[in-house]
Amino acid sequence: MSFSIKKQGEIVVVDVEGQLIVGNRQELKQKVLDELERGEKKFLIDFAQTGYIDSSGLGVLVSLSKKIREQGGELRLANLNDDLRTLFELTKLDTLFQISDTRDRALSSF
Amino acid sequence: MTATPSNDAGFRVSLQVDIPSDVAYIERVVDLVRHPCAELAYNAHHLALNVPVALSEALSNAILRGNHEDPGKRVRIRADVDGQRLIVEIADEGDRFDLEANTRDATDAANIEREDGRGLFLMRKLMTGVERFDASPNGETGNVVRLTLTRA
Repeated sequence: MSFSIKKQGEIVVVDVEGQLIVGNRQELKQKVLDELERGEKKFLIDFAQTGYIDSSGLGVLVSLSKKIREQGGELRLANLNDDLRTLFELTKLDTLFQISDTRDRALSSF
Repeated sequence: MTATPSNDAGFRVSLQVDIPSDVAYIERVVDLVRHPCAELAYNAHHLALNVPVALSEALSNAILRGNHEDPGKRVRIRADVDGQRLIVEIADEGDRFDLEANTRDATDAANIEREDGRGLFLMRKLMTGVERFDASPNGETGNVVRLTLTRA
């Protein structure tokens, strides 16, 4: 499991490879917060290569969303498979995040 | 050519796993429990969502809240899987807790933006049954959380 970060235009894109769970959530949080501290405002997290997410992983996404909004930025999500989408729907987090079906749609939505 | 049974009637797998109180072990335990479920052709959602997420939550609670990551305490996992249902019991050495009182409605408007508090809620949404009982009737500490997933 790992996180890779790259810039596409003015958007910071994070790929979550493997699981986003209690054992690695802090790594994701720190990577995104480092970018936020550097002045980045637009963030996209892409879950195309993600297995499962636990409640700690969801909690980190909520926390990052708040921190990014506080800095005048925006966090969007893309490529949730059916099971990940179900997880967001069960917790109603689909109402908190703007979620796109594809990376391209997410990138063009900023 | 070896004859293959026409169904999985009578096929049953039992596992016992004992791990230190370290979240780094969660993924391996999930894989160990998920494997016989896959072998018994549990559906894709059970394998990718219900089992891994609910079990991760139960393990995480046992390690972090039960044993407080104490290296001197262990988490014991027992899983029984057959064609009808999966039962997993996760035992910690922590203080007793009330499952009902600690389950918060994560979808309540007041809770949506909370970082924590979705673990028990998700376990109950994703499993057919979630129970907690005392690990030892005579001891003062220790919880067993039993997750049951019945195939539809």
